[in-house]
Amino acid sequence: MTKTGKPGINRRTTLALMGAGAFTVASPWVARAQAKTIKIGMPTILSGRVAQLGTSSRNAVMLEVEKVNAAGGLAGRQIEMVVRDSKGQPQEAARIARELVNTDGCELLIDGEASSGSFAVHEVARDIGVLCIHTCSEASSLTADPKQHIPNAFRCVRQGIHDSIAGGSYAANIAKAKGLKKWATCSPDYAYGRDTTAEFVTYLKHFAPDVEIISETWPKLFQPDYTETVTKILQAKPQALYSALWGGDLTSYIDQANIYAMFTQMEVFAVNMADYTALTVVKNLPKGIHSGNRYIKTYPATAENAAWGDAYKAKYKEYPTNWSWQNATAVMFLSEAAKKANSTDGKKLAEVLTGLTIKCPFGADGTVTMRGEDRTLVGYAIGWGTTIPNEPYVPEVKSGDWKQIFALEAEWKKSKGYT
Amino acid sequence: MDLDALIGCLGSSACVVTQTTSGLIIGMLLFLVAVGLTLIFGVLKIVNFSHGAFYMFGAYFALTGYQLTGSFVVALLFGAIGAAIIGLIFERVFISRVYGRDVLMQLLVCYAFVLIFDDSVKLIWGAEFKSMGMPAAFQVPPWFIAGGVVPPFYILLISVALVVAALLGIGLARSRLGKVIRAAAHNPDMVSALGINTAMIYGSVFALGCALAGLAGALAAPVRSMTPGMGFSVLIESFIVTVIGGMGSILGALIGALLIGLIRSFGSLGFPLFTDGLMYLFMVIVLVARPTGLFGKDVA
Repeated sequence: MTKTGKPGINRRTTLALMGAGAFTVASPWVARAQAKTIKIGMPTILSGRVAQLGTSSRNAVMLEVEKVNAAGGLAGRQIEMVVRDSKGQPQEAARIARELVNTDGCELLIDGEASSGSFAVHEVARDIGVLCIHTCSEASSLTADPKQHIPNAFRCVRQGIHDSIAGGSYAANIAKAKGLKKWATCSPDYAYGRDTTAEFVTYLKHFAPDVEIISETWPKLFQPDYTETVTKILQAKPQALYSALWGGDLTSYIDQANIYAMFTQMEVFAVNMADYTALTVVKNLPKGIHSGNRYIKTYPATAENAAWGDAYKAKYKEYPTNWSWQNATAVMFLSEAAKKANSTDGKKLAEVLTGLTIKCPFGADGTVTMRGEDRTLVGYAIGWGTTIPNEPYVPEVKSGDWKQIFALEAEWKKSKGYT
Repeated sequence: MDLDALIGCLGSSACVVTQTTSGLIIGMLLFLVAVGLTLIFGVLKIVNFSHGAFYMFGAYFALTGYQLTGSFVVALLFGAIGAAIIGLIFERVFISRVYGRDVLMQLLVCYAFVLIFDDSVKLIWGAEFKSMGMPAAFQVPPWFIAGGVVPPFYILLISVALVVAALLGIGLARSRLGKVIRAAAHNPDMVSALGINTAMIYGSVFALGCALAGLAGALAAPVRSMTPGMGFSVLIESFIVTVIGGMGSILGALIGALLIGLIRSFGSLGFPLFTDGLMYLFMVIVLVARPTGLFGKDVA
């Protein structure tokens, strides 16, 4: 006898399906625990004036994720990146970060935001407890200030205070050798420009007490015309100039200062010059500008670093940026931590990441460390050199001394009341 | 405040020459953008909030022209003509539909196109910033006049802007087309009744205004980095210039732009943290003393 019934599904089946659906929606962690892939969320800046840096961050992450997936994934789980554009707005970065975890089911976060956005994402990580690695914010207080410490957040970025100590030491040696006592500064008028300049001047004077700042100019961020600041500096007749301008602002400044022959009249120290974003755009790059290293494939001068830079260029048809190596390093840390923990659980990964040292093409000695006390990156290649107009752009880089950086950083933290 | 630096500068011929030249450069580029804005307002009664985008187009077209030919003259033509063509299409297809409508409607249309134009540039030329570089002819040491530093490229820039100002002034005052434009500004219905194609006049004036902004962008291209959205800050200063000079006045735009340039140049010495504030303060003083601007009655 054949059993007959109404077409379609019956009421009992419908209730069962609804129940199963509701259970899955209400218990995403159950679905996640069983998923073969692991989603990693990444808020970053993909539009606006700094879109190039955000895009280069995403590119670097994807480059490394492909390697990890090809090698079997993160503790056996293939990584699926979910990258969203915050447009550089902190409130949008926070909203996206929360949504990536709560709605998209991301189990880890790589925070590719600039400083203002990073502090907002940090609060989200504090609130929902997701493992978060900051990859772009150089603001030292993000990890130096104990109020910011949470066990699930790490910073895989160079730091303003490290650059200032290395830069101050390098500049002081040049100042003493060439008798540069009268200095001027020209930096963008916002938190990064002011903080970085103040810290650089502090350490310049620490190493060369005779130095005097005779002129300061603070052009607005993204200001189109620098003529008045260029001529003001020329009037002051300093022997040396420090600038924390970056990106398009720095290239505009160089173009406009060039026609006043400014670079023949003083030594120029521009911390952000040695990044391909600026080096490849300036058409008449003056010889002899002193710069901190950001990302160049010739420093550290190792085959691993050169190969990484070439691989990135081959894939994306342009050179990586300072944000690229930091984001790539974050994926390297996650990969190594997952191997050691044999897990993708955020808490287990955080335990392993704390104090972890890994092999890395961007390390000063071939390794970098996630320092345990403040969960921040140390041991990366840091140095200063002078520019030439063509590749390799900065042929020789004088490495900073990490022992000196650690000693002065500790004093700085004490002076700020952080320790 | 550093009044000693300002007073010291005024006592030195070298400093006065350098800072005056600096003020003229800032002012003349602003003039080219602001005069297009004021011309369009004077004749079409449209406040073109998208005017900065044509400055941006001018810079990008100039970059393409320069990359293709290596000639800065061709680059300037690319910048001015490219911006004019886009301006003409924009006016005929979109702006002509909001003539006589309230300012809010004009603002919405213009703002929408600011975003569209910025994204178009991003699609065509890329989101990253670009630099044209200084043409070889101007890669020379600066001149020293009375001890002051004067780059030759800036002499060219000031000269081109002055020639444009003279041609515009004479053209509008003496030529037949200039007289028709002035008549259309005063009474478009009467001009139309006389058999003159006012739509063509409006399109031409809008295109001319955009060409001037494009020329400014092309002239600035060798010394300013290009990014999508670069027209915004120039637009704000151009509005300040037109408000000071008087909406619709070409002479007002020239004087306003030069005053803003000199305020920025000398203000950066005496009031380094208040240079922008000085500019706005000056605008407030002018508006309180003469609400129509310095030359507000001299409608083109």
